[in-house]
Amino acid sequence: MTATAIEEPTLAGNAEPVALTQWQLFRRRFFKHKVAVVSVVILILFTIACFAAPLIAPFSNTDQDLLLGAVKPNATHWFGTDTLGRDQLTRLLYAGQISLKIGFAVALIATVFGTAVGAIAGYFGRSVEQALMRFTDLFLVVPALAILAIALKHFGRTDTVVILVLATLFWMYVARVVRGQVLSLKEKEFIEAARASGASRTRIIVRHVIPNIIGPIMVNATLAVAAAIITESTLSFLGLGIQPPDTSWGNMLSDAEGFTGTGQSYLLYAPGLAILLTVLCVNFIGDGLRDAFDPQSEKH
Amino acid sequence: MDNPTATDLPTVAVTGEPTRAPMIGPLLSVRNLSVSFSTDDGIVRAVDSASFDVMANETVGIVGESGSGKTVTSMAILGLLPKTAKITGEITFRGESLIDASERQLEQIRGKQIAMIFQDALAALNPVYSVGKQIAEAIRVHNPDVGKPAMRERCIELLDLVGIPNPTERVDQFPHEYSGGMRQRAMIAMSIANEPELLIADEPTTALDVTIQAQVLEVLERIQDRTNSAIMLITHDLGVVAGVADRVVVMYAGRQVEVGSVDQIFYEPRHAYTEGLLASLPRLDRRADKHSRLHRIVGQPPSLIFLPTGCAFHPRCPHAEVPGRCDSERPELVDVGPAHQSSCFFADRVAAAVKVDQS
Repeated sequence: MTATAIEEPTLAGNAEPVALTQWQLFRRRFFKHKVAVVSVVILILFTIACFAAPLIAPFSNTDQDLLLGAVKPNATHWFGTDTLGRDQLTRLLYAGQISLKIGFAVALIATVFGTAVGAIAGYFGRSVEQALMRFTDLFLVVPALAILAIALKHFGRTDTVVILVLATLFWMYVARVVRGQVLSLKEKEFIEAARASGASRTRIIVRHVIPNIIGPIMVNATLAVAAAIITESTLSFLGLGIQPPDTSWGNMLSDAEGFTGTGQSYLLYAPGLAILLTVLCVNFIGDGLRDAFDPQSEKH
Repeated sequence: MDNPTATDLPTVAVTGEPTRAPMIGPLLSVRNLSVSFSTDDGIVRAVDSASFDVMANETVGIVGESGSGKTVTSMAILGLLPKTAKITGEITFRGESLIDASERQLEQIRGKQIAMIFQDALAALNPVYSVGKQIAEAIRVHNPDVGKPAMRERCIELLDLVGIPNPTERVDQFPHEYSGGMRQRAMIAMSIANEPELLIADEPTTALDVTIQAQVLEVLERIQDRTNSAIMLITHDLGVVAGVADRVVVMYAGRQVEVGSVDQIFYEPRHAYTEGLLASLPRLDRRADKHSRLHRIVGQPPSLIFLPTGCAFHPRCPHAEVPGRCDSERPELVDVGPAHQSSCFFADRVAAAVKVDQS
């Protein structure tokens, strides 16, 4: 018996049978995952706040008050100010624009590309697989930071370049996971049944293979969001990331790094917490999505 | 027929296909089909010179034990064998060769003209799609332009046709929410969605209990009545064959050993293997006290890599003359009656033995 029938019992010939569309089922399964729902809300609020920064930020992005200097969090400056007297909340919001953009864009590009490579390699096998997976290995053995540094120097340190470079460095993990999943999946009888129904190979990959591995793909995508935000922090820390006056959470963190253990250590908290919260939310959402995509997850 | 009800022929609603051209000659013709795989241990001859025809609207049962080449034969027809398979011989469908067909041409034929019903319906249904979506996908492969409401209607209609209760509700459920028998019916609904001319049913009832088995076979027969399709029924269960098949092909170790009508196979078997199979069926009219056992064919089926010389069945055959013809010369299929062939040198001995047993 399905959950539908348990929750809304219908007697034969009595009422209209309750038929939920796949989207409704998906939504219901997702809403069962309370933490994921809360995470979505938090992340949406975060995103809105960051991109509405010009409207809601208490100060202007470029405001500084050198005479004020670094002050602890108080009523006017909720997260305090740094040594240049810049309001931390304002900076956090503007930095969030870049960090969130990088995180999601990198995850999206890396996931789409990695899934395509992995699925084609896994499904077609033989020489196609060899070629694609060796290509993937090539990217895995290349020292990431060196490439990043060169690329950023060459193309300029704009957020677009950072996104593209990070995506080039992240797709391999997705590709490997997807390939592994496809390898086991393609031996399944329903794939053979799909072939027997006349579906072409592309159609089988898109319609039958990928929907079955959407769970691992989602999990990897959420991990990529987190990894991208953190790697961007590393880059900024090394002075290779986003350049001032633009700023990212990683940038703020590296600026504040010198104050660890001093009176100004509060400067670490705001960007640190922002990264932590975002990454956590994204991971929970990934969890919820994985369950929601699996039609059998309602089977208790 | 713009608005067909569930009892109408379901084809016209969606496909709007013109009526089929009348067939002259067999729908499917298999000639000297051999399939072999090279493995590390040697060459496996999964199918060895199989030749048979399937006429339009006919049900042909292919019987044999595991590893006798039944499934490989059906896979060869659909061109679904892996590239490592070495295929020789001729397979023609409506006069056109399937062996020489390109992958593209085969895709046009699969699911539309020749469809397959798989043994394990749970494994053969995609777990992430509702049953309705899956049937819709099978239709959409060949008819990409069908609109959503029409498609849904059609899916419900097909589920109704195969006897799924409450199809309007069931159409949105997932395979894991179906019972075993319903899954097999959903599988059948999917395979007949495009009104194929030939249905290959690979052990469609093996995973089901006897009651459900009967229901599924009844569905198959009903569908055949309605769509006039031919059915190639692959099974190891003689009872299933007796119930639905018109003609029977008995296979042993990748070779055909006997071909004939159902009555011929069951009442006048002319091959020792068929005789043994029939004798091993439990029978109510045969005495069975606690000391007597069910009849069995002694020995094991042979390895397909190291087939016995001569007739592959000779080591297990009660009539074999060894040493003699049976272990030295390979018997060909020869006529032993009207439309009845056997590949046994001593078909008359089998006939005599059967007579004694039946009297």
